[in-house]
Amino acid sequence: MITSNPFAELAAVIPPAAMQAYIILMFLLVVIGTILDMLHKKSGQYFFENSKKAKKNATRTVSAGEKGAIAVKTLAKEVLTSGEFANVKRRISHLLTMYGFIIFVVTTVILIFALRTPDTATSTTVPMLWHLGAAMLCLGGYWFWFGIRVDVASEGVKWYQLNGRGDLFIIGLLGMATFALLWSFTMGSGTLNTLFFVLFIAFSTLLFGSVYWSKFAHMFFKPAAAFQKRITKADGSRENLPAKYDLTDPQVQAKFPDIPTYMGTRPPNMGPGIKREAPNHY
Amino acid sequence: MPTFVYMTRCDGCGHCVDICPSDIMHIDKVTRRAYNIEPNMCWECYSCVKACPHHAIDVRGYADFAPLGHSVRVDRDEEKGVIAWRIKFRNGQNDLELLAPITTKPWGKHIPKLSDVPAPSKTMRDSQLLFNEPKYIRMDEGGLHTLESNGLVMKEGVYY
Repeated sequence: MITSNPFAELAAVIPPAAMQAYIILMFLLVVIGTILDMLHKKSGQYFFENSKKAKKNATRTVSAGEKGAIAVKTLAKEVLTSGEFANVKRRISHLLTMYGFIIFVVTTVILIFALRTPDTATSTTVPMLWHLGAAMLCLGGYWFWFGIRVDVASEGVKWYQLNGRGDLFIIGLLGMATFALLWSFTMGSGTLNTLFFVLFIAFSTLLFGSVYWSKFAHMFFKPAAAFQKRITKADGSRENLPAKYDLTDPQVQAKFPDIPTYMGTRPPNMGPGIKREAPNHY
Repeated sequence: MPTFVYMTRCDGCGHCVDICPSDIMHIDKVTRRAYNIEPNMCWECYSCVKACPHHAIDVRGYADFAPLGHSVRVDRDEEKGVIAWRIKFRNGQNDLELLAPITTKPWGKHIPKLSDVPAPSKTMRDSQLLFNEPKYIRMDEGGLHTLESNGLVMKEGVYY
């Protein structure tokens, strides 16, 4: 079941060219939606102005090589491992959803565009990955929906209460992944299968067509924000934040005599403080 | 001036919501980021600013400690047990950094066990001092600290 390509069976009803056209249409919708979103929120302008401000406050110039290294670090920490999340549960759920989405989308494109290639037609790995991606998306997504969704925890919003635009993205993702799996698992069972397929396409269209209104575009501007945050640390502007001091440094101790007076010359690690308790909003 | 949130920094973790004494930091239902729901009820206690792990909350400081247009930012490093402030004037020249201890012992340990402390005597009850009042806030060396006792003078246009 999970080793067969569901799109191969679909090809008997819908011509592969139509499936390919749909994928291209969805891609175009994402591009257009992201551009409109950027224009509407002026996020491009915001980043440009922020970087100008940072440059003005910079104490040193960051070389192109250093910028490259920072980009690699941003990619390794913030992008690939969702390192910005302080909450471990949210981080794991985000990683599941993110990788599930990437695997699902990439394998869908492979399955549809290389449908006629003999290697793909007989391959069992790609369909398995397609199912795995959808399952990961469901696992991370439903965990988020029932347990981590901010409003569920803080405002007492029940799981069945929809939140308009705020939930558009996650609803699109969950609907797409859930009905994709159901459609694949009910292959050959007539009306039910057709219904799941229609819902799968409807939720996919909702997900990719609602970029302007949903938070889909965060996958483009979040890495940019993380990169800029690292640049401000490297160029010394630090967004006007104070420096991180080494308390054992004699120069720091001479400048701030309260430190050695009250804490000694080698202050111990004081532990996590308020972060000993995860926030629960009440 | 009340607190405001840099949306690109906030990840909606909720530390500010938990700590706000006025209960006015909330999570926006659409964007899932924190925001101040009632700016005119914010009395700039800086609790949320210090609690934010991403430095996503900022406050425009009043003119009573630096001319308007300045930036005042804070970094509360709990593991080191210090708080660092940076006040930068709008001309960019006057750039002041301060560092002060916020604890001398690890967090959550050494909590005084008040039930083990002997009951206060009559003299202690009649005294104006608080329980366990530290020496440095008692007025053993005289009365209240004033400008005069500290050799300071009021300057027109600066202090009043």
